[in-house]
Amino acid sequence: MKIPLSWLREYVAIPNKISNNDLAEAFVKVGFEVESIQVQGADLTGPLRVGKVISIEELSEHKKPIRYVGLDLGESKNRFVICGARNFKVNDLVVVALPGSVLPGNFAISARQTYGKTSDGMICSAKELGISDDAAGIIVLPSGKIGSDAISLLEINDVIFDIAVNPDRGYAMSLRGLARELAGSLNLKFIDPANLNYVKKFNSVKSAKGVSVKIEDKDGADLIYVRTIDSIDSKRVTPLWMQRRIEKCGMRSISLTVDITNYVMLELGQPLHAFDADVIVGGLRVASAAKYKKIKTLDKVDRNLTPSDLLICDQSGPQALAGTMGGLNSEVSGATKKIALEAAHFNPVRIAKNSRNHLLSSEASRRIERGTDPVLTAVASARATNLLIELAGGKLINTSVAGVIAPAKKIKVTAAQIEAKIGFAYSNKQIKDALSSIGCKVIGASSVFTVSVPSWRPDLATVSDLCEEVARYNGYKLIPSRVPVGKSGGKLSQLQRRKRNIAKMLSNKGFTEVINYPFTNQEMMDILGFTGDRAKTFRIANPMSEEFPLLRTHLIPGLLTALQRNIGRGTKDLALFEMGSVFRNTQAPKSITLPTTNKKPDSKTISQIYGSVPKQMLFVGGVLSGNKSQDSWQGKGQLFTWSDAISAAVEIVESTGNSFEIVSTELAPWHPGRCAEIKVDGKAIAHAGELHPRVCATLNLPERTCVFAVIISELPLKEFSTAPQIWNMPPVVQDIALVVSKDVSAFALEKCLKEGAGNLLESISLFDRYDQIGDGKVSLAFTLTFRASDRTLTSDEVSKYRDSAVSAAAKEFGATLRG
Amino acid sequence: MSSGSALDLTQIKQSEESAISAINAAKNLDELKQIKIDFIGDKSPLAKANQALGSLSPEDRAQFGKLIGSARAAVNQSFAAKTAELEVARDQSVLVTEKVDVTLPGKNTLKGGLHPLTLLTNEINDLFIGLGYEIAEGPELESEWLNFDALNIPVDHPARTMQDTFFIEPLDSKLVLRTHTSPVQIRTMLDQKPPIYVICPGKVYRADELDATHTPVFHQVEGLVIDENITMADLKGTLDYFAKSIFGEEVKTRLRPSYFPFTEPSAEVDFFFNGRWVEWGGCGMVNEKVLIACGIDPKKYSGFAFGMGLERTLMVKYGITDMHDIVEGDIRFSQFFGSGKQ
Repeated sequence: MKIPLSWLREYVAIPNKISNNDLAEAFVKVGFEVESIQVQGADLTGPLRVGKVISIEELSEHKKPIRYVGLDLGESKNRFVICGARNFKVNDLVVVALPGSVLPGNFAISARQTYGKTSDGMICSAKELGISDDAAGIIVLPSGKIGSDAISLLEINDVIFDIAVNPDRGYAMSLRGLARELAGSLNLKFIDPANLNYVKKFNSVKSAKGVSVKIEDKDGADLIYVRTIDSIDSKRVTPLWMQRRIEKCGMRSISLTVDITNYVMLELGQPLHAFDADVIVGGLRVASAAKYKKIKTLDKVDRNLTPSDLLICDQSGPQALAGTMGGLNSEVSGATKKIALEAAHFNPVRIAKNSRNHLLSSEASRRIERGTDPVLTAVASARATNLLIELAGGKLINTSVAGVIAPAKKIKVTAAQIEAKIGFAYSNKQIKDALSSIGCKVIGASSVFTVSVPSWRPDLATVSDLCEEVARYNGYKLIPSRVPVGKSGGKLSQLQRRKRNIAKMLSNKGFTEVINYPFTNQEMMDILGFTGDRAKTFRIANPMSEEFPLLRTHLIPGLLTALQRNIGRGTKDLALFEMGSVFRNTQAPKSITLPTTNKKPDSKTISQIYGSVPKQMLFVGGVLSGNKSQDSWQGKGQLFTWSDAISAAVEIVESTGNSFEIVSTELAPWHPGRCAEIKVDGKAIAHAGELHPRVCATLNLPERTCVFAVIISELPLKEFSTAPQIWNMPPVVQDIALVVSKDVSAFALEKCLKEGAGNLLESISLFDRYDQIGDGKVSLAFTLTFRASDRTLTSDEVSKYRDSAVSAAAKEFGATLRG
Repeated sequence: MSSGSALDLTQIKQSEESAISAINAAKNLDELKQIKIDFIGDKSPLAKANQALGSLSPEDRAQFGKLIGSARAAVNQSFAAKTAELEVARDQSVLVTEKVDVTLPGKNTLKGGLHPLTLLTNEINDLFIGLGYEIAEGPELESEWLNFDALNIPVDHPARTMQDTFFIEPLDSKLVLRTHTSPVQIRTMLDQKPPIYVICPGKVYRADELDATHTPVFHQVEGLVIDENITMADLKGTLDYFAKSIFGEEVKTRLRPSYFPFTEPSAEVDFFFNGRWVEWGGCGMVNEKVLIACGIDPKKYSGFAFGMGLERTLMVKYGITDMHDIVEGDIRFSQFFGSGKQ
């Protein structure tokens, strides 16, 4: 909320020595963020004078119509200036910047030749003076002495604080509320603008000609005042002081009646609405929309009502969307003679719903949503009535009331409770002063206090709420600093360590981590050929854009997008990885009733809630494209291949301590002949290899782009237990080359050799593959290393193991030794 | 010494001297090889003299044997010294031709890197592990009850509107993309008994357009402590410690009163860094309504919670001015951070 310092000073005696920054600090100390401080008039120097228009010469020979205006500025001669605006007439009072003045934006005014005339100054708009955003025309003053200083007349020199108000503090969306906070923060006296001596008198004014009121929807409001004011003089305009205050608070001056309701709302915090009383049929009532289907609001929008919308109706139907916006039908116009002024204490939730249902957030609804002061219904409507009497010549003819004020809440709080919450032992005086300064009545001198909560603080309901108030008013600075330490000693879980290890391993191998938005679309899923679980997505009801309305079921879509982006920016050789959750809509949707929160739900309900949340597997995925090594002085670089993707996946699985199997598989979006499936305990845990050429072509990716994905949350957790024994006897090495059918996988052959070679085989590694044999055969050559724990192996013994390995391979795969 | 013996004392002495001077005069290892044959080998005078010892009388044999032995030892010593000297010289002249440019780039494979958000998360996790915390994680697609209701954000609360939260179809599935990691706090409180000391890092979602300072998908780290006698002083101390660990010893923090439905009292925490106050996150004492919804007795236990955006922390710490750099996955950004810099 924007508030001018000049207005604040009316309710708080702020010493002049307090700087603007000190004032901002004082607001921040009690929890009000100051978003900006605008020193109005700082970049404006006069002379700025009130002038009377005495002649208007229309210059029509230019691109746009221009006026040459004669002005009486109380000088010996009239002045003539060029003006592009058209919202004024002869005898109007306007604001004139004389040559020598400088307007905001360092805009110096001088006498100059333009449009074939001498322009001896400038007639100003509010925007040009930096006092509002209104650039629609020049300022036409309601009053002012010709030739007098317009800077002081317009009260331009002022400081405007823009203050963020938290959603629990509706009272602070007013001068009254913020002045009270400031006074409390600075320990200064606060003068309450709600102390009016005529409220009672106004309440007793009754007449049959007045508009009556009743509350039909008791949930919607518990108190409403409607005061009928007759004899409004439609010729009266808003006085300059009121107009300027409204503008300084960031609103616009509209008409005297509307301005008065807005002014009082800004001053006290109570939204008011003025109806044209002559349109109202048979009294007003607070009612839910029920059978009413439509209302046209002041913004000329036809709104479809839902039955629970809260309305102000008369006998004929809806006249306002309660607390949100008035109806066009009973709008107060320049011709309105008699008004019905409504001030109500609405249920904040109902107004929030009104506002949400109709996507309509108004100055009124924003205040009511946060909670208003029921006492102010009488006070604010009286204050506005009094202004209508004083400024618009009105006459109060009736006051109608429905509902009552709820009694003040009482909370008992002890000094010990406050200390236990805040960690600081406040004195009894500190506690009492803090609570009194926010408007509580505090009874009890020792350490037990009975606190009556003021009517404008519906947010104060518990001891904790009062603790906050005491801490806030005494400053959070007072709170000491202490570091508690966990009792059990923290560490990463096994899965958390696994995540770290894998990420570190991949980054050390040359992969760069990316973190993509987990959103995708059907088109991408179709291109990648996802079927089964991978095609079962969740749709976001309100996505950021219709381009990405689905949650990812796999990491590949995001990785490919990141790849494309990097290539587009000129990086060609890329190895990217991402670790993250995927979302697969594989469980039947469970309809669930959410439990209340006034106690812990029973264990069955908790498991229902947990069960309603789909399982979200943790994946790590990678994409490889371009060169893995660069051309260098040592030779040509090498391209990434399917083998690099597979080996990355294998290393990830290996790092978890799980044993695994690799088989060839066909799975989109991989190349049908170049996709490895890695299985742990018979379950597919990873896929890796080259992308299908069609996918690369469709997505405009480099040919032979390779990808892998590993489900790291599905890999069993393994701890290293017993360390291996290291044998020191010399190893004996045997090489064998086997000829097998091309269908036999190296992994399967190696596994078979391992089993055949017996338990003195220390290691086996494939060192050559020759596929030019023909006849659908291939030669695979392995080095077998044998070692015993207790003796040097003889070549006879080792040959025996080797032969046993070879015959196992011969038996299972028809392998023959290569001659 | 008797005359007429086959050996001559002077000759032996001369043989030794001439051998040593030949050795010393050798210019390279090839010359030395010839010298070895001539002066040390089986046909050399000293070797021959040694062979002749057998024909001497026992007393002469002892006398000459000693003499010849010391002469041969002196020659061998000279030879060994000269060999070593010439080998060093040979190495120096030969190896100099094998000199390379050691500044030639050795690595021609890709350089990897972790995303700085991962590095920051690890750093924060480690810091709190040091204070005895555990790291709690939970699902990103979450039940509304855990994301809102249990946190004292009732159905009509503005934070629950479509403007801020991504809802999942169908709406009666009551699933949302979590708007904070607080549902992990709730899960922890439902599943565990106090004392609870946890850090909850993770991805969160809010319906904000991506611009220089906002992103619809971002990362948070939240902390939760529930124990006996926990006060706002514990919260303040923990945040001070956290800020100093991340931004340096000289960093100052301040708490400003604020409002959150799940804490009471509530505060915003700011820190003073590079000459200005920076908003860091929200915090407060866990609202008793939240403790009650999780079955924790507010008469016995109290607690605090805090939450920070990691993107924001990262931006301030490293002077990053555009959120796009963090979310777009351009490898030039992550590679700057490598696998973590100190």
